[in-house]
Amino acid sequence: MAMPIDSYLGIHTQALKLGARRSELLAANMANADTPNYKARDVDFKAALAASGPTGTHLQMREPNGTAKQNHITLTNSASSANAPTLYRAPFAPSLDGNTVDAEVEQANFVQNSIHYQASLSFVNAKFRSLMTAITGQ
Amino acid sequence: MPSFNIFNIAGSGMSAQTVRLNTTASNLANADSVSSKAEEAYKSRHPVFKAVQASLAEKSAGAQVQVTGIAQSNAKSEARYEPGNPMANADGYVFSSNVNVVEEMVDMISASRSYQNNVEVMNTSKELMLATLKLGQ
Repeated sequence: MAMPIDSYLGIHTQALKLGARRSELLAANMANADTPNYKARDVDFKAALAASGPTGTHLQMREPNGTAKQNHITLTNSASSANAPTLYRAPFAPSLDGNTVDAEVEQANFVQNSIHYQASLSFVNAKFRSLMTAITGQ
Repeated sequence: MPSFNIFNIAGSGMSAQTVRLNTTASNLANADSVSSKAEEAYKSRHPVFKAVQASLAEKSAGAQVQVTGIAQSNAKSEARYEPGNPMANADGYVFSSNVNVVEEMVDMISASRSYQNNVEVMNTSKELMLATLKLGQ
């Protein structure tokens, strides 16, 4: 009996994947803060996560018919969330050398992304804990 | 955090900024160097940065920084009349370096801030990665 662990964990696994990718892009932006003609890049987190399927997919498990298929579709869709298109950031003040990295903006986004990542980790951890409680019955 | 690429990216940024700090140190140290010929005078040096994609397969992945070379400034060397200087030419002139000290100081601060930025990125990523490893414990 296969445990639909992915649907149990819900949107958080996708959020973690996307968060990891976004942190890489933001790190690249900061590393290239002084590279001429480098254009700052980012992913549209909200759109990418929305594309990964409806939130709270674990609730659909309780529906009587076609549940497995529904979950399956959600999973194939969710794979695309990690490959969300990379967009270029619209600069506030483009510099003469063609670089569009604003170090402060990137820092702020990086911190925000880290906190979101930690939040997702906490959610997944809590889900694992409640699963363990259910298994051990304690 | 499944991708370790972030360490390579931040690391490349740190090494690039180190090169920049090195050239700044060299420029500041030689700011008062003199020479008897204009073409032999010290020219201020600056690294040239370039963004390189880590892997061509993953176009969406972050780009590392590469120092493609060191460019020498072609600003004019100032000629000073110092007949007492042992380096002076037949006319009594010495040629000083074309280093702009103020520019170098600004460059140094900028490089140091960028370096700190990359260190922070690396530290945060390390913490997140360790937290991911502890998942489910």
